[in-house]
Amino acid sequence: MHPLIKLVAQRIALGLILLLAVSVVIFLGVEMLPGDTAQAILGQSATAESLANLRESLGLNQSATTRYFNWLGHALQGDLGKALTNQQDIAHAIGQRLGNTLFLAACAGIIAVPMAITLGLIAARYNGRWPDKAISGVTLAMISLPEFVAAYFVIFLLTQVIPILQPVSMVFPGMGLFEKLHAVALPVIVLVMVVLAHMMRMTRAAILNVMQSAYIETAELKGLSPMQVIWRHAMPNAVAPIISVVVINLAYLVVGVVVVEVVFSYNALGQYLVDHVAKRDLPVVQAVGIIFAAVYIGLNILADLIGIIANPRLRHPK
Amino acid sequence: MSSELNHLLSLASAGKMSRRDFVGRAGALGVSTAVAGTMLSTAAFADTPVKGGLLRAGMQGGESTNTLDPALAASDVPFMINSTWGETLVDVELNGTLGLRVAEEVSSNADATQWMFKIRKGVEYHNGATLTAEDVVATLKRHTDDKAQSGAQGIVKGITDMKAEGDMVTLTLAAGNADLPFLMADYHLVIQPGGGVDNPAAGIGSGAYKIVEHEPGVRAAFEKHANYWDSSRGHADQVEILTINDNTARTAAIQAGQIHLMNRIDPKIVELLKGNTDVAIERAAGPGHYVFIMRCNAAPFDNNDLRMALKMSVNRQEMVDKILGGMGSRGNDFPINAAYPLFDDSIAQREYDAAAAADFYKKSGHDGSPILLQVAPGAFPGAVEAAQLFQASANAAGIPLQVKLEPDDGYWSNVWNVSPFCASYWGGRPVQDQMYSTAYLSTAEWNDTAFKDAHFDEVMIAARGELDQTKRKGMYSEMANILRDTGGLICPMFNDWVEGRRNEVGGWIANPAGTLMNGKAMSMCWLNA
Repeated sequence: MHPLIKLVAQRIALGLILLLAVSVVIFLGVEMLPGDTAQAILGQSATAESLANLRESLGLNQSATTRYFNWLGHALQGDLGKALTNQQDIAHAIGQRLGNTLFLAACAGIIAVPMAITLGLIAARYNGRWPDKAISGVTLAMISLPEFVAAYFVIFLLTQVIPILQPVSMVFPGMGLFEKLHAVALPVIVLVMVVLAHMMRMTRAAILNVMQSAYIETAELKGLSPMQVIWRHAMPNAVAPIISVVVINLAYLVVGVVVVEVVFSYNALGQYLVDHVAKRDLPVVQAVGIIFAAVYIGLNILADLIGIIANPRLRHPK
Repeated sequence: MSSELNHLLSLASAGKMSRRDFVGRAGALGVSTAVAGTMLSTAAFADTPVKGGLLRAGMQGGESTNTLDPALAASDVPFMINSTWGETLVDVELNGTLGLRVAEEVSSNADATQWMFKIRKGVEYHNGATLTAEDVVATLKRHTDDKAQSGAQGIVKGITDMKAEGDMVTLTLAAGNADLPFLMADYHLVIQPGGGVDNPAAGIGSGAYKIVEHEPGVRAAFEKHANYWDSSRGHADQVEILTINDNTARTAAIQAGQIHLMNRIDPKIVELLKGNTDVAIERAAGPGHYVFIMRCNAAPFDNNDLRMALKMSVNRQEMVDKILGGMGSRGNDFPINAAYPLFDDSIAQREYDAAAAADFYKKSGHDGSPILLQVAPGAFPGAVEAAQLFQASANAAGIPLQVKLEPDDGYWSNVWNVSPFCASYWGGRPVQDQMYSTAYLSTAEWNDTAFKDAHFDEVMIAARGELDQTKRKGMYSEMANILRDTGGLICPMFNDWVEGRRNEVGGWIANPAGTLMNGKAMSMCWLNA
């Protein structure tokens, strides 16, 4: 077998084991939280009797191990079950919200990644001069702003001062693509602001690191323009660290944007997860947790593989 | 503007009083004809309802865990959604009067132990079926069932027998209750086909709008129910209720015109919003109140002198000013205010009195160890700040009150009704008896102050069956005094509803019984083009 295929298979197997471990950890975590689903659903209006009724109908009287293996058995057959709180089909609800999550992440990623890399290259090219300082200064200022502050700022600017966008970003099935893009414009702007600096800094640092090498000097002596040197000679050797940072940021755009979702009332997975954690709705927390973990693990495997493919020393281990 | 005038104005703008009557009665209050006329025209009196359009509300208080089952509704958004697709037998109208909805006539026998509801003819569900007396009984049964998980379970408990005959529903009670019709206005008791037994969350009812799409915690979309029985409601073609939990986003959305109505304007920004000419701020003084509750059976709160010391050491006016931004009124350590019928307004207002508090504290013989007040930000808006104000005013009286911050998560299960001293809120109830029996009867499930007083209970039960309103008022006054001077409730303030309405929305009537016109804003408002 080609060593590369073997490597991929190994990584995927490892990822699956990790996912199983994650499901156990999530289950234990929710179990350990004080209060149970029935209590959380009924809240201030709970009576002893209604609590007992609800517990029984939700199957909370069974032992924790029984419930875990029940869940696992069904999940392995692709049945995520129904939410304890409102009996909605989890797979259906998640399907729609996962679509929204990926849509937002994709919109932000498509803008942020090329922009960050381009800015990083420019900053490296003009290392220490004003374009470098300006790019670094602005992006660092943006990343230092907490997400919700950035969000309120753009809401104020683009819905009140210059009213061209809408503050509430909910999207629904049946909306056209342009309508959806208009709806998510504000959260996309905020997310781009948040992820830009990290990727830009890494691109700049990786390129500058390579620029110290002797072969770059050769390329310069050959008479290539600085941008050609960076693009043709420095970039291929700097790609591994850049990719890994890009991937981490993409993963963040999928799993870590709940604050932005809340501020813009965007109906995606993060808010869905938080609501169900508050109600101790275990099947939903499990399902969403697994999806988030899978995205994270999957993207990291991808980053590893790209890093390996890009680096001959890793590609042909001796 | 006087509250009387406000009331007249809202009646007139709702079309419940003629223009001539309004001008006449406003004149009696000392308002000139010209001024009265101007008031009417500014009060959205171009007010023949406009049909059509899409009316949108943005609300706080919805989660993706919500369901359409009325039995499980607890927060504002499900309340509003259910009130839009469903109807109850009766509802609570302006000034706490009873409005007839599914029932067209309500009567009782002499001792109020038997109540008859005549069901309106020709009320049609969204699925085309006709609403029957059997449906009403089945609905009530579903909520009373021992297996029920209904939030209304306690309310309908006293009913021993329910009968449907033709278009009459007869309810028999274990003991007389003059307020029973008000209990039927409870928002959980939405009449459903077959009582909703087969599919409680189907969202099929007899309301002015039928639900066409529902994504919990995000959006509920409705269209007009073509065969709705009441032509004075249901003006817009479509309505939508969006869950926008973030205060800033909700406010920005109404300013930008993305929504037309919003609930819960943060009192802190009311002044800022006043500069906006597109958005009107609507206030309604209701029965809702913010409280600190001491459990009377737990040390050191089992000592009434200590309880009195704490009650005397709250600066109520300061809390109304700083926590509610002036949008509310002072509480008097019993859960009733002028929003209730039969309220006794002659009971003296309790004031902040550091010297008296110090005396009571000394008399209680407390050992001087810190008295912990547990509070979470979600106990009520501004709860933490209110607790800190309380701590400062109590410390000034020499009482070692100390605030302990708790997380929102799990607060209602781990702290409220468990810990000896914590912050909480009550939304209030339409009538006094319901409020008292929910939380202050010795045996009440939600007796969160663990207040047990046999005499108090006796008076409460007697008042329930008392049909002489003067005597009844006297009884409620006695109960209020008992609770005020011996209870575990510290009630520093009653909070107004503070809500936003864009100026193109007509038909608004301030109804303090619940949020957004007691849940009826979507059905009763319209969009002026």
